[in-house]
Amino acid sequence: MSRAWLLCGAGWLLVAASGCVATPVPPRGTGDLGIVIERAAGRVQVVDTTHRTRLASVDGLGDLSHASAVYSRDGRYAYVFGRDGGLSKVDLLAGRIDRRIVQAGNSIGGAISQDGRLVVAQNYEPGGIKAFDADTLELLADIPSTYGTEGKRSKVVGLADLPGNRFVYALFDAGEIWVVDLTDPRMPAITRFKDIGRQPYDGLVTPDGRHYLAGLFGEDGVALVDLWRPELGARRILAGYGRGEEKLPVFKMPHLRGWAVAGRNAYLPAVGRNEVLVVDTATWQEVQRIPVRGQPVFVMARPDGRQVWVNFAFPDNGWVQVIDTLSGSIATTLAPGKAVLHMEFTPRGENIWISSRDDHRVTIYDTASFALLGQLPADSPSGIFFSARAARIGF
Amino acid sequence: MRFPRIVLPAVLLVVLHQALPAANANEPVEPRRNEIVRMVRQDCGSCHGLTLQGGLGPALTPLALAERSPDSLVWTILQGRPGTAMPGWARFLSEDEARWVVARLAEGFPQELAKREGGR
Repeated sequence: MSRAWLLCGAGWLLVAASGCVATPVPPRGTGDLGIVIERAAGRVQVVDTTHRTRLASVDGLGDLSHASAVYSRDGRYAYVFGRDGGLSKVDLLAGRIDRRIVQAGNSIGGAISQDGRLVVAQNYEPGGIKAFDADTLELLADIPSTYGTEGKRSKVVGLADLPGNRFVYALFDAGEIWVVDLTDPRMPAITRFKDIGRQPYDGLVTPDGRHYLAGLFGEDGVALVDLWRPELGARRILAGYGRGEEKLPVFKMPHLRGWAVAGRNAYLPAVGRNEVLVVDTATWQEVQRIPVRGQPVFVMARPDGRQVWVNFAFPDNGWVQVIDTLSGSIATTLAPGKAVLHMEFTPRGENIWISSRDDHRVTIYDTASFALLGQLPADSPSGIFFSARAARIGF
Repeated sequence: MRFPRIVLPAVLLVVLHQALPAANANEPVEPRRNEIVRMVRQDCGSCHGLTLQGGLGPALTPLALAERSPDSLVWTILQGRPGTAMPGWARFLSEDEARWVVARLAEGFPQELAKREGGR
């Protein structure tokens, strides 16, 4: 498939406008579409998860190392956040960039509001968040992550959307969690939680939007805020999970997102230990720890919660392990290719797509049988983001 | 006498190559050299950025490193920096290789060689 196919086929209007003579393709939905980031090429592929094909390539997105994406609520547009501060609104149906701005010097990701009207970027440099009109990418709010008495700005991590057009994030350098209400984006209302722990590296909101967890790098533990009861402040869970043992070196930071929750338990990467920590979300007590092959990076529950898939930091990044959540043991270990960077389930979890940066391919597995279903070539692929994220809190 | 057209550049290249400080017997040679370049760009890049302009870790550009002593940078690469997210990479790089990385960072880090086929 080529871009020409898409331009010709995206819709009747485009057909007329481009003077294309190829057979037009009927209008289609985007529920089975997604993007694959080609990190070094500044490009994304638009993919179809039903036919397991590439529909288009979209160039010109800048530095996409550590790129991530969120979706418009109609699932048509992917907002791609690049490392270089680029924010690109990609039209999946037309296979092109709809709008693009460069909004910061060094950016790490973003989120979209509950009502879909605000896109928010989280930035390292200058530290803070910025909110944009989702249609026009016009800047609506600029909230520096200032802390301490000297006006320093912290790197922002773990940004997630909350019900009520609020957003939550953590300040890596400051050890704080902030909740910002952007009901009126011109008048942001900020709630700060201080002294939540050293060096929060990422965060997640539970699928019900109630709890925010910030994983800590600078100490063993996870900071927890009950967003229904903010007056209780932040508390610590999994404190001292390393039991005072020396940490193993961490060659890539783990990532957290709402996919951690499977049934009543949350599955979290330990930092500096080759373990997945299992926490009961009713009591927030540790209920199990599962030994795995390396430092976990992504610990992702299949949408039904029956499995949790785990990939690893360098140098164990050629492996993927699957935890059976019923038995709490490893169901299988897969080798999808060199330098596995990301995984994404199809919306209901029957397949998983896995990117292998150094083998330049995306590998697709059946999650029930672990059968290899196919491979797609891609240039140093990293993140894979399917449009079903549009409908999920915290994605 | 006239040299064949191809010889002179070749001779020059050899002379130049020997004159460069890079011609050190302990330096990595291909294909190891490109492996190291890829490791720095991709794996160090997960914190320092693919373009080494910084991320969770600081920028590794010539300007950013101008005030740092090469020896301390070599030590940081091999042993890490306690209290920060920087781990030691001594399992994956020899001291000579770390020294080569520091020298390349100081002059602007090279790009990877062309990717193998199969990309796109």
